[in-house]
Amino acid sequence: MAIKKFAVACFDDEEVLFPAVKKVRDSGYKLHDVYTPFPVHGLDHALGLKETDLHVAGFIYGITGTATALGFMGWIFTADWPMVFGGKPHFSLPAFIPITFELTVLFAAVGMVLTFCYLNQIMPGVKKHVFHPRQTDDLFVVAIELNDQVTEQEVVDFLKSTGSIETNVQVAESEWWYGRWDKEEAYQQA
Amino acid sequence: MNERFEIPARLKTTSFVLMLIGIVTLLLGVFTLMNSHAADHEVMHAERTRFWLVLLHNSVFFLLICVASVFIQAAASLAQGGWIVAYKRVPEAIGANVWIFGLITMVVLFCIAFVFNIDGHNPIYHWVHPEGDRVLEGKSGFLNKGMFAGFTIVTITLWSFFGRKFRALSIAQESAPKNSTKIYWNMVKWSAGFLLVYALTQMSTTPWMWIMSIDAHWYSTMFSWYTFASAFVSGMSLILLWVVYLKNQGNLEIVNKEHIHDLGKFMFAFSIFWTYVWFAQYMLIWYSNIPEETTYFKMRQQGPYGMIWYAVFIINFVMPILILMARPSKRNYFTVSFMAMIIIFGHWLDFYIMTMPGPLGVHWHLSWYELGIFAGFVGILIYTVANTLTKSSLIPNNHPLLKEALIHQS
Repeated sequence: MAIKKFAVACFDDEEVLFPAVKKVRDSGYKLHDVYTPFPVHGLDHALGLKETDLHVAGFIYGITGTATALGFMGWIFTADWPMVFGGKPHFSLPAFIPITFELTVLFAAVGMVLTFCYLNQIMPGVKKHVFHPRQTDDLFVVAIELNDQVTEQEVVDFLKSTGSIETNVQVAESEWWYGRWDKEEAYQQA
Repeated sequence: MNERFEIPARLKTTSFVLMLIGIVTLLLGVFTLMNSHAADHEVMHAERTRFWLVLLHNSVFFLLICVASVFIQAAASLAQGGWIVAYKRVPEAIGANVWIFGLITMVVLFCIAFVFNIDGHNPIYHWVHPEGDRVLEGKSGFLNKGMFAGFTIVTITLWSFFGRKFRALSIAQESAPKNSTKIYWNMVKWSAGFLLVYALTQMSTTPWMWIMSIDAHWYSTMFSWYTFASAFVSGMSLILLWVVYLKNQGNLEIVNKEHIHDLGKFMFAFSIFWTYVWFAQYMLIWYSNIPEETTYFKMRQQGPYGMIWYAVFIINFVMPILILMARPSKRNYFTVSFMAMIIIFGHWLDFYIMTMPGPLGVHWHLSWYELGIFAGFVGILIYTVANTLTKSSLIPNNHPLLKEALIHQS
């Protein structure tokens, strides 16, 4: 949660965007993020994003589901309330498998969706600063974080040289926040 | 680019040695097992049965895993999948040799159903002589020699025809005008036809005739679907082994980790699918607990085959799910080829306990004869497929989806 200053550049062509992203990374300026209206193949490589650990989280959630189902059913049918079904033993594994499978899938799916939302900072009711209204329409938007080491003008000039069609400087909240009017007013004034 | 494949001397020698092992084993089998004169009558019968049963097991297994290649071509063609085009020649070459395995299977099956008998009854296909057995008499409308011969001939003929047809279409595409999609759409039509044939044979009826009728009193409606799962996952593993081999030989340069990853996904996903069907069949019978159905599993799970039963579960489910789950292992040539061999062997074992327990009971062996015949079939497979691969360019240069295959990312 921090309000920061950004230099923003808009591109209207993927062919220009890719070299621009490469130049930004080579220049050493701090790249905040790139916003695109649709998934662009290879952009994650161009941005140098590392492989996500979402699947490791998914594995852990799945194992948790398996353990929960087997542990709970095992406890119920052997210790808490033993019952005989069709002459089968109290702990009859084959009968538990479908439920174990379902809980594994449920835990993995729900857990991964929530983790995905957290990692991407999206959730019902939370807000994030939009750098350009057309970033969900037809523009590719690159945001560079400004700090003490660089001047605004220098970065804006640099962005213009990469072929952007529009550049500006914005002060904005860099993370997500839970939408409240007072908060929003606070940084519209900032 | 190295588009033509020449059979390396080592591969040729290996395949000939394997075929030789197979022939020697078969001859030894004829002299020792088929004409067994063991003192114990039961052992003698078991030995004679084992001779044919092992041939049945291997020929059907190899036929089914080869037909899986024809199926994946049809499925990919109907789905307009570009990813397979990079190594399309491999399933084509396997599919084009279906007729060889089909012929062997047909000979073996007909020998068993029509020639083989001990003291007037058939130890493998009891239904050949249903007289006096009320269950088999009730089933004799479906399980009889005429139906058996009809199903076998129609199935094998159609499979062999489509296997060769797909390859012929693909070769014809090479000499078609640039950017012509006529043959491509032709292939789509033939693929739809094949899927219909495949659904009505491999996926629903034919394995009932060939394998399930060994335990003629027992039945499971999902049996054919279950053998399909086995055959398909082994078939994809077989394609992967060939692709990795060709790549090691310096051919198939256009295939990279993305394509290997795709095949790895198929091996992983269909190992799980196999387990699902395997368990569904088991659980329904375990739950309803009807004696005439549970005898099948009594013998296999708790009886003399228990060890193989659990080995099959570990090899075909536990190992693939743990080893192939991670992305890096599906992109590693060593891991996927190792797992492909493991999976093929695991499903071979799975077919083993589909066929053996009924006729052999406690007199089962997993020794020189079983492994020798297996080696022989591997030899035939290696030689025939390699031979077909040499006959055309390994890269379908004129295929409309080649570009898509080249830039494929999984």
